[in-house]
Amino acid sequence: MSAHSTYDALRHFADSWALLAMLLVFVACVLWPFRRGNRERNDAAAHMIFKDDNDGQ
Amino acid sequence: MEAILTRAGLWFGAMVLAVIAAAYAHDSGFAAQMMIVAVVALAGLWVSVARADVGAIASGILRMPADPSKYDDDPVRWGVLATVFWAIVGMLAGVLIACQLAWPQFNVEPYLNFGRLRPLHTSGVIFAFGGNILIASSFYVVQRTCRARLAFPGLARFVFWGYQLFIVLAASGYLLGITESREYAEPEWYVDIWLTIVWVAYLAVFVGTLVKRAEPHIYVANWFYLSFILTIALLHIVNNLAVPVSFLGSHSYSLFSGVQDALTQWWYGHNAVAFFLTVPFLAMMYYFVPKQAGRPIYSYRLSILHFWSLIFLYIWAGPHHLLYTALPDWAQTLGMVFSIMLWMPSWGGMINGLMTLNGAWDKVRTDPIIRMMVMALAFYGMATFEGPMLSIKSVNSLSHYTDWTIGHVHAGALGWNGMISFAAVYFLVPRLWHRERLYSLRWVNWHFWMATVGIVFYAASMWVSGITQGLMWREYGADGYLVNSFVDTVAALHPMYVLRAFGGTLYLAGAVLMVANVWLTVLGRQRAEKPMHQAEFNPAADRPIAAVPAE
Repeated sequence: MSAHSTYDALRHFADSWALLAMLLVFVACVLWPFRRGNRERNDAAAHMIFKDDNDGQ
Repeated sequence: MEAILTRAGLWFGAMVLAVIAAAYAHDSGFAAQMMIVAVVALAGLWVSVARADVGAIASGILRMPADPSKYDDDPVRWGVLATVFWAIVGMLAGVLIACQLAWPQFNVEPYLNFGRLRPLHTSGVIFAFGGNILIASSFYVVQRTCRARLAFPGLARFVFWGYQLFIVLAASGYLLGITESREYAEPEWYVDIWLTIVWVAYLAVFVGTLVKRAEPHIYVANWFYLSFILTIALLHIVNNLAVPVSFLGSHSYSLFSGVQDALTQWWYGHNAVAFFLTVPFLAMMYYFVPKQAGRPIYSYRLSILHFWSLIFLYIWAGPHHLLYTALPDWAQTLGMVFSIMLWMPSWGGMINGLMTLNGAWDKVRTDPIIRMMVMALAFYGMATFEGPMLSIKSVNSLSHYTDWTIGHVHAGALGWNGMISFAAVYFLVPRLWHRERLYSLRWVNWHFWMATVGIVFYAASMWVSGITQGLMWREYGADGYLVNSFVDTVAALHPMYVLRAFGGTLYLAGAVLMVANVWLTVLGRQRAEKPMHQAEFNPAADRPIAAVPAE
């Protein structure tokens, strides 16, 4: 494969399948905390920084 | 004893190597830098031989509490002090170069002219002031949110001191005229290699602490910190791929050339804005704002949405620095589109931070640290609106290469990064030195107002001068020739440059007040002063003035 055709193959891969895969990963990452039943976990995570009264001081 | 001997031997070896490198150096700048390394190695040798004494003396002067805490806070304390010190150095350099632009007599050839001081200023405030508060606050936050002591305590101390050596080598190099000429990545190849070593150690300490956490969930602030550490490593290494002319000289050539080099540079440059000046400061926001307000973050889900959106979008925004250049048109459009898309998650994050104060808004009135945090978030919102707007091609054709860009950067840097860092310093110092409170909350309030008014002077004067510049540069006469010469624009901008220097001086004065406040707090003094809130909160009186119409 010449250097140019390697470039060509890579860029077509990048703007088709790789792009789709990235988009799907992004959507999955973003939707994950919005799942039903994740509410308590989110609340617990948000309150976690207040569990210690004095943070070791 | 054997350990001390080994350690001293290593320091001695490093010193001898540095002196040999200085003796055979190909240029005087490299020789000077190697002598700095030799002096540092000599200091290391002395400390490792007289180990106990030096540590005790330093802890005495700095009133370090003997570490009774369940967390390892010594590197955090050192980091906070370094932050305060480098803040003054970096901002002083900024005021000096602002004066140089207004009054050229301030250029002292050759070491202190504008070209050499400008990278000293940018690196001083971004990497020295910003970098130190990021390393210190990340060590503080990761321990608290993981309920674990720092992994690899020795390595954590190496990260702190190694990073200071990086700053000193970079800064002294600029003054000696050593530069790679890559914006925000000016240090030469050997300093880059050193930073890479320090950064890998930083990653090891941070990830090591995450691994030994006693808490099932990794708090969102740590996600932001971790992405900062990982991405900066990637950006730093790729952007600085270069071939040194000689292993005993300070000059190197980039591996890339032409437009590829420019794109690599701005892929790095904008992601330095993203992953150094935005993401880790958001980590500070996600920990310190809820802690100071005493309320959990408004929406944890939104913070995760914020995180992934910044990760996936920011990395593409760099080409907006190269609009109307030789960069392919599609790449310019890509940079513009992704920059505009960034507006939404940025404002989502800002709203998340501000809404955390919902139900505690009276704290803006009574707590100057909360006031600083709110102002920081307001400037984060403003800068992340202005940025996408400036990256639109038609707006950019007016603003590119003008002072508008400088105004935009400083609204973000002084308003967002500076304010949130000051707030974090004020949060940390009483806790780290086990003091009941800061020396003076009223001084924090003074600092807040000096900084805010300083930013207003700075940003407003740069908007005016940027738009003036842009309009004057593109003005054609009826004969088809440009109306203004370059020097006409310089003369027109002079009053704005004077106002900018005034705004910067005010901002620096506020930081000097912070130094005094931090130092007196470390000494354990408390100023006798009236409390900030003179009128107690009265829920009965807190209702709308307008009468509510009948149903």
